[in-house]
Amino acid sequence: MNYTPSTVSPSNQPIEAMNQFMGSIPYAEYLSLAFNSHGDELTLVMPVAPHLVGNSVIPALHGGVVGAFLETTALMQIVWASQKYELSRTIDVTVNFFRMAQVDQISYARAKIIRQGRRTAHVHAEAWQQNHHKPIAALHGNFLLPE
Amino acid sequence: MSLPIPEISQERLEECRRFMFHGIPHAKALGMELLSLEAGKATMSLICRPDLVGNPHTRVIHGGVVTALLDNTCGIAVAACYEKATPLVTLDLRIDYARSARPDATIIAQAECYCLTRSIAFVRAVAFEGDNLTSPVATCMATFMPVETSVA
Repeated sequence: MNYTPSTVSPSNQPIEAMNQFMGSIPYAEYLSLAFNSHGDELTLVMPVAPHLVGNSVIPALHGGVVGAFLETTALMQIVWASQKYELSRTIDVTVNFFRMAQVDQISYARAKIIRQGRRTAHVHAEAWQQNHHKPIAALHGNFLLPE
Repeated sequence: MSLPIPEISQERLEECRRFMFHGIPHAKALGMELLSLEAGKATMSLICRPDLVGNPHTRVIHGGVVTALLDNTCGIAVAACYEKATPLVTLDLRIDYARSARPDATIIAQAECYCLTRSIAFVRAVAFEGDNLTSPVATCMATFMPVETSVA
């Protein structure tokens, strides 16, 4: 599906626009990401899928997948907050893993923009599974905003 | 106190290679290939595909794909530091994205465990496009920890 920023018309509801935008990102489709929104708060949802498993002996979700999920959440929060349907560029991210991500549980993530300047944004994101107070991982990163 | 990276037997390296191929579904799903493996060092490749694109406007590959490749390469490099099969988890990853990877690129990641202690393995890795070693796509510093399989 071809998507350019000019296809977002002012009459689109933000949720519809966000759905359309996320649907145009192949990698988001690959992770089967969906989102819920409550006002300015966006929660990304990553369902259970066998191709997301890392070490099949432990078993646990692949660390890279959890990192990617958090990074995507951060990127989407910038889009959601700005209502500009263009992706920032990731400059750097640090991902900390707290608990092993269970392969048979849905993962959720939320991000918070700590500081947004003219050119860069610093964002924190956290992911959890069954218990919001027991996060599986967190990310903090710097992103270069679209011009 | 850091330990030296031990000499690892060919049988154990072969076991790591087999695990890489059979035991990590996500690596297989992304089409990661193990190019070389020795005690504490690993090189892996990934061919970018259209379904891994992150930015529909510029068509560059999603950073998460590079993250997964770097995390995996680091993990295998650490696994090859232990003669016994040792389940490992990533403690943290720090990735600097220097350049975007084009949608048809082959990304090569090289990881090296530069310090091993009883509880933590310290790894550094770099990802570059094809044979363009002078201009990396991303650099990574990571720490890993051996775990018991029964710990949730």
